[in-house]
Amino acid sequence: MSEAILYSADGDTETVLAAPGLRVSRTRPVARFAFRGDAAAAGKAGAAFGASLPMTPLAANQVAARAALWLGPDEWLLLAADEPPAAIAAGIEAALADVPHALVDVSERNLALLVEGERAARLLNTQVFLDLDLAAFPVGMATRTLFAKAEIILWRLGDEAFAVECWRSFAPYIEGLLLEGARGL
Amino acid sequence: MLLIQCPYCAVERPELEFRYGGEAHIARPESPSELTDEQWADFLYMRSNPKGVMAERWRHVHGCGRFFNALRDTVSDRFLAVYKAGEPRPAIEVSAPAAPNKETGR
Ligand SMILES: [Zn+2]
Repeated sequence: MSEAILYSADGDTETVLAAPGLRVSRTRPVARFAFRGDAAAAGKAGAAFGASLPMTPLAANQVAARAALWLGPDEWLLLAADEPPAAIAAGIEAALADVPHALVDVSERNLALLVEGERAARLLNTQVFLDLDLAAFPVGMATRTLFAKAEIILWRLGDEAFAVECWRSFAPYIEGLLLEGARGL
Repeated sequence: MLLIQCPYCAVERPELEFRYGGEAHIARPESPSELTDEQWADFLYMRSNPKGVMAERWRHVHGCGRFFNALRDTVSDRFLAVYKAGEPRPAIEVSAPAAPNKETGR
């Protein structure tokens, strides 16, 4: 795995769907953390993590194989593909020893689906009710929302590429609906 | 479906991302043990239920997760203002009944 890549498709075995202009695949495992704290805690956490925690709503900040996604005024999702979770957590905790915060390892709670291709937005819009036009949902925007009845975090990686972070047990439900949606596109 | 502006995310999102939280600006009494049963029941159960503009709590549960307050016209379902928790109720002059906006059916 390249060190600068956060999400990489997990080879042919994890391809959920491949069709003209459309590809959905599970990614290789990454480290994930739910971080809660005020602006001061977020500042220190970002410095220790290596990717600053964005203070702008719906923003994401990626630096090489690490990223911090704004989820709420005091909540972020931290992603990293270059080190095991324990090492990352130790680095952040060391910088926040005297600052109130919560840092929870949720690496195994979620998995990520890459939805790519010229029809990616249309496929997602079969179950995501947000406006995914580039003007309304530009590259780099990330948000918690709903995919049908499952809560997801949707992050636009490129004009035609999205990451869908979902709870692991909901993945078969989401993948099933994506397959069904692709049949009707 | 209603489109609701979240004051924290600063975007309009479909109603499905939100959860209703009842009437806003109802403070829990400081010393419940000093209240009569009637006063306590009044705090617990009695709500204004106006026909017209109402201040109410909403939570962006499938978004930023935050509670906020909104002024909604219960006749037209129109949202007149949204504001962050802790902020005072904005002064809104109640005008003639407005046509529902932000409606996309249902
Ligand atoms: Zn919000």
